[in-house]
Amino acid sequence: MHFLKSLALTAAAAGLAGASFAADIKPAVIFDIGGKFDGSFNEASFRGAERFKEETGIEYREFEIQSDAQREQALRRFAQQGNNPIVVAGFAYGSAMEAVAAEFPDTNFAIVDMVVDLPNVRSVVFNEHEGSYLVGMMAAMKSESGTVGFVGGMDIPLIRKFACGYVQGVKAVNADATVIQNMTGTTGAAWNDPVKGGELTRSQVDQGADVVYHAAGGTGRGVLQAAADAGILGIGVDSNQNGMQPGKVLTSMLKRVDVAVYNAMMDAKNDAFTPGFSVLGVAQDGVGYAMDDNNKDLVSSDMVDAVEAAKAKIIAGEIAVHDYTSDDSCPVS
Amino acid sequence: MDYLDILRLLDSTLRLATPLLLACLAGLFSERAGIFDIGLEGKMLAAAFASAAVAVWASAPVDNPQLGQLSGLGWGWQAAWLGVFAGIVASVFLSIIHGLASITLRGNQLISGVAINFLAAGLTVLISQNIFKRGGQTPPLTGDARFSEITLPFAETLSSVPIIGLMYSEVISGHVIFVYVGLLCVPLTWWVLFRTRFGLRLRAVGENPGAVDTAGISVTRLRYAAVIICGVLCGLAGAYLSMGTAAAGFGRDMTALRGFIALAALIFARWRPWAAMWACLLFGFLQAVSTYYPKVDVFGLFVIPSDFMEALPYILTVVILAGVGGKAIPPRAGGVPYVKER
Repeated sequence: MHFLKSLALTAAAAGLAGASFAADIKPAVIFDIGGKFDGSFNEASFRGAERFKEETGIEYREFEIQSDAQREQALRRFAQQGNNPIVVAGFAYGSAMEAVAAEFPDTNFAIVDMVVDLPNVRSVVFNEHEGSYLVGMMAAMKSESGTVGFVGGMDIPLIRKFACGYVQGVKAVNADATVIQNMTGTTGAAWNDPVKGGELTRSQVDQGADVVYHAAGGTGRGVLQAAADAGILGIGVDSNQNGMQPGKVLTSMLKRVDVAVYNAMMDAKNDAFTPGFSVLGVAQDGVGYAMDDNNKDLVSSDMVDAVEAAKAKIIAGEIAVHDYTSDDSCPVS
Repeated sequence: MDYLDILRLLDSTLRLATPLLLACLAGLFSERAGIFDIGLEGKMLAAAFASAAVAVWASAPVDNPQLGQLSGLGWGWQAAWLGVFAGIVASVFLSIIHGLASITLRGNQLISGVAINFLAAGLTVLISQNIFKRGGQTPPLTGDARFSEITLPFAETLSSVPIIGLMYSEVISGHVIFVYVGLLCVPLTWWVLFRTRFGLRLRAVGENPGAVDTAGISVTRLRYAAVIICGVLCGLAGAYLSMGTAAAGFGRDMTALRGFIALAALIFARWRPWAAMWACLLFGFLQAVSTYYPKVDVFGLFVIPSDFMEALPYILTVVILAGVGGKAIPPRAGGVPYVKER
């Protein structure tokens, strides 16, 4: 809670110092490795930029990096060419952003999933633990065995934040439930190993899990496939992945990267771009759960009611979902 | 941990060991003929992509369009086999490039191998992105376009028999065809290398190509044969990854360094087929353990993290290379291009 408060204070302070810029803008977006149609994170930022283009008619520039070395290059080139604001999504842009944003103090930058403390950078972070809490509740309500699973990608604090929120949601519904947690690995390869993702899921199924939530990028496709093959349910992440295995994905934890990208561009257009922290949680519709035709038969109205009630309580502050990254520990497991 | 847990661990071991085994035998053929191959990873990756992409295309409905402009063939199970064939073709193609560079042009085999790894990593994503527009992934393979698990005869009936029956139904039965093919390749490789004239010559070319040449046998042709066999086996390994596992399609860098673990297994096995099988099963078992037991608690004294299990193949290989338990001697002419004397 203390962490959230300090975030809010910083955001307010930064808001006062808000820069003002001409409405004639040249926005640009740079995608992370994975490309803009990855069906996940990057695609969400692409959708946000597209929505901005549709509504305003302003063209934006875009670039898909192919390697880590291009991060700083791409940022610097776009800045040199006078693009403003420049939006990037991905925690891996942190150090590149720190270097380039300092060189171009008159250009506005926005970064998603990472905090860069510079006067011309807006850092957007999500309360993934709140969204994970909601899907955790759904998993526990759907589970018949009382055992559910979690497959993370690379073992980093951000992914533990997902796991911790999920476990809290599960335990809120069924305090006796067991949550089996696995991380795919400790290197970048962990994001792209669907074979291992499938194997981890099978091991969780063998141990009795009947709902498995993944936060593992490209590894997740193996998780959802293995869950569908085993006749259990998966839970998607970031984008709406319900359609990846129709009828076999309970829901997806939505992380509205598109909202962050759209807001950054729109604020710049309206002369309202504010640097500093911006936190998107359930209250701002920055995180949530996905409902569509693919999963409407899986989720009962009781489940929706319960989750909506919890959502209202989180917004009202009655339920405080612990954020793993605030103290690098999780109260439940 | 009860009996069923052990069986599940072994079951997972077989699945995880299969790509290692196929790639390891591929490397065995190539290196026994004197061509070092660190491009196993790249060949597997290229095969994984080619097989998934072709299977997606062949299984897509004729007038449909999941993949943009291309309309599919509307095939059923044949699509999967066409995919495997495409994977083998892609992998053999890279093998031939490796052959051209290191046999015909007498280039450095290690550099050529590295180049193939980079080429495959970049090209697969580039082509995939161009065709499918999904950030380098292929659309998921569904239904008959992937390989499903084969239940061996009597698995159901025998499962009630204690110990042996359960072992048969849980561990031996219920794998995709690649797992059985991989295991069958072991005696086949042994037989080809140690019981046929071709195998004798192939081994000779890796030890003393001059002698083979003196006997009037083409070193070049034998070495090309070896790298092509290597390509075929890598093709199977790659096709298994994208079509026989839960990946059900291609994703960027999905081989996840399995080619290098296979290489480590090859050294660990000292370039021998049966030992290669045991090495791959051991490495697969270590991966399975890290999957099922992320933290192994040793009698409450200390905890072994899963990272250690994952690193163990490399550690063991270094130990073997250091000469523990007998010297690891690679084929003598390995890495050296053959220059015919005039």
